[in-house]
Amino acid sequence: MLLYVLRRLLTAIPTLFVVVTLAFFLIRIAPGGPFNQERGLSPEIKANIEAQFGLDDPLWLQYVNYLKNLGQGNFGPSYNLPDFTVTELFAAGLPISVQLGAMALLLALIVGGTLGTIAALNQNRAADYAVIATATAGTTIPTFVIAPIIQLVFGLTWNLLPIGGWGDGAFVNKIGPVLTLALPQIAIVARLMRGSMIEALRAHHIRTARALGLSDMSVIVKHALRGAVLPIVSYAGPAAAALLTGSVIVETIFAIPGVGRYFVDAALNRDYTLVMGTVVVIAIFTIVFNLIVDIIYAVLDPRVRYD
Amino acid sequence: MLKKLLGATVFASTLLVAGGAFVSPALSEVVFNRGNSADPESLDPHKTSTVYEAHILRDLFEGLVMQDQNAELIPGAAESWTVSDDGLVYTFKLRPDGVWSDGTPVTADDFVYAFRRLEDPATGAEYSSMLYVVKNGEEVNTGKAKPEELGVRAVDATTFEVTLKSPTPYFLEMLTHQSTYPVNRASIEKLGADWIKPGNLVSNGAYTLAEFTPNDHIKLVKNPKFHDAANVKIDVVNYYPTEDRSTAIKRFEAGELDTNDDIPTEQLADLKAKFGDQLRIGPYLGTYYYAIKTTKAPWDNVELRNAVSMAIDRDFLAEKVWQNSMLPGYSMVPPGIEGYEPALASFAEESQIDREDKAKAILEKLGYTPDNPLKMEIRYNTSENHKNTAVAIQEQLKPLGIEVTMVNTDTKTHYGHLEQKGDFDVARAGWIADYKDPESFLGISRKASGNNYSDYDSPKFEELMDKAAADGGKPQLRMQDLAEAERVLIDEVGQIPLLYYSYKNLVSPKIVGFESNVMDVHPTRFISKQ
Repeated sequence: MLLYVLRRLLTAIPTLFVVVTLAFFLIRIAPGGPFNQERGLSPEIKANIEAQFGLDDPLWLQYVNYLKNLGQGNFGPSYNLPDFTVTELFAAGLPISVQLGAMALLLALIVGGTLGTIAALNQNRAADYAVIATATAGTTIPTFVIAPIIQLVFGLTWNLLPIGGWGDGAFVNKIGPVLTLALPQIAIVARLMRGSMIEALRAHHIRTARALGLSDMSVIVKHALRGAVLPIVSYAGPAAAALLTGSVIVETIFAIPGVGRYFVDAALNRDYTLVMGTVVVIAIFTIVFNLIVDIIYAVLDPRVRYD
Repeated sequence: MLKKLLGATVFASTLLVAGGAFVSPALSEVVFNRGNSADPESLDPHKTSTVYEAHILRDLFEGLVMQDQNAELIPGAAESWTVSDDGLVYTFKLRPDGVWSDGTPVTADDFVYAFRRLEDPATGAEYSSMLYVVKNGEEVNTGKAKPEELGVRAVDATTFEVTLKSPTPYFLEMLTHQSTYPVNRASIEKLGADWIKPGNLVSNGAYTLAEFTPNDHIKLVKNPKFHDAANVKIDVVNYYPTEDRSTAIKRFEAGELDTNDDIPTEQLADLKAKFGDQLRIGPYLGTYYYAIKTTKAPWDNVELRNAVSMAIDRDFLAEKVWQNSMLPGYSMVPPGIEGYEPALASFAEESQIDREDKAKAILEKLGYTPDNPLKMEIRYNTSENHKNTAVAIQEQLKPLGIEVTMVNTDTKTHYGHLEQKGDFDVARAGWIADYKDPESFLGISRKASGNNYSDYDSPKFEELMDKAAADGGKPQLRMQDLAEAERVLIDEVGQIPLLYYSYKNLVSPKIVGFESNVMDVHPTRFISKQ
């Protein structure tokens, strides 16, 4: 198993290299540059600024320099926020996005998993329909609608939550963003869980377990759940990579200083170094979470072995 | 009412109020929570360009001259100054009690260092052109002269002398811009790029930098060493980047923000009803215009350009598209600059119906009718309001035989295309004054300007602008020259001005001293909170 993990991590290096190279050249194909703005700059002034960031070098040399710096863990300065390096921006924002994302994911797994199980056990009865209806609503109402509603109801009308801001990580400031992030995930997890649980309950070994007179609780938790969570595990991997790296909509509406916004802003601002930073971060998260999913599979499903 | 804990951040207090806890208000600390549409690009005065950092830097630093709550020029680090008879040499006498936040005195050498740093090509300053009016300014910035050759010198520790290239009556106004603020040489040389970080930044203004979390907040605290500290009433000012306008409104309503510098214009009518006097809208020195490619057929025809300009119903744009958050504009220089009368388009006073008839006649003469339409492409950068403006103009021009198509690109692509002199017919642009002078608006139509997207090139206009520069010593005459130059620009339709900008501030009744002005300048040192 350890060997397998090591091998997977080693193959991640060429993957990252390809991703970085593609991103480096793709963002430069986009028209305009980091210093195009409402107020035009004279060619001389623009040249001075570009020289400062080494953007006057030939592209291949910029690429070589970038790789060299990256090898030393240096992502360079952000072009549009020159007071900060890309590393500093991620050091400040990533823990915030990860916290919110992890809380949302956990909430989604617990609540969605429970709702899905309840629906499966009550198939085609009122409880089932209620869960399905809620889940459908949850997946169809976009976050940019949910977020302002939470602000209006809990913030302005009932004065229970702040409208926005991070508040140095105060718990109340996290409730709105976490709920907004979690709601669509709860819906998806509930639907997945319902489907796989219904299937698991029909399996031969469950019938056997029941025939042997095991209690309902024991049958569900010990025997059915183990098989039923597999689809959720495969869904949760990529979902975790996406959730933990922040959401531009939720962060903008709730004024949260996470990194989700950089995925959009950096590209729009042609902030080349920041774009590269986001690409590397999302690539690493995706690689790591896919690996985690595979490991969990091996633990849950005795048929899966990596030797 | 928002209660405050001594030493607690505003967020913590929000939490307490939200949680229903009651805390006795602290007597000593006055906190001002200020919504600012965007985070600053940089807090280094020499690397800034936008109005968002201007607000913050105005609190942190003090230039030779500053602006008061009405945007009027007041002495800053210099307590007085004299100008030589030929208008070329400015001698500033620095105030004897001016100190940096680390306690060292602000000296003439600091200004020599700062001005040279702004022009030094190695700094890569966006706004280096602010000091092109200084002798050798442009030469230094373009590498043709050494920074030491810049026309500035320290006569003694408190006397700073600037020699200009030619008389520039708006030089003092230019010095109110944040790019001319002093920076602390000792800390830059010691700390390098980190000099700008909270805890490191040495400044000479009414406030010092305490915290800066990108996309979250910037906390400034009162500088006890500031010469006028006794009259500074706000102890802590928190700048919150309020990117999402709708959220900003709710945060203002919930008392999390005391002011905000923008609103979602599409909600203007509702906001007016809800906030009444707290919503302040008024003229701001900025022009929203369309550049038109004057070098390309058929747009090289002045008559045709004029017909297009004339046919656009600016009242409709201002009222319907912008909900009166903008004013109809007929000149490049907006009204509000003392001693200057903007040159309005000749048709400004005519009714829209007359204008349409006239425009139709011109178009017909040139052979364009609804059956044989003139094709015109409008380029604009992504924004709901820019789109709606272009769509309204499309509708207005259609009956006259002008078929408008639209190209929408993101901001970087848009300005990249314009800067590289890419092909277009008409393109959206805007200009906000850096300093209170018509030059700020007319300069962008000069042949050599990087912002002359229209490629406007008129010998008559150039001649009058040169004359205005030569008449620098005679302010009245110079204003006349500039007005004549604008008359030429407008008559030749070098650009199509559409609207004048407005400031749109939300101000809580608790905030006193947040005075409305055409520059939308509100230094925190003149503000108090009840």
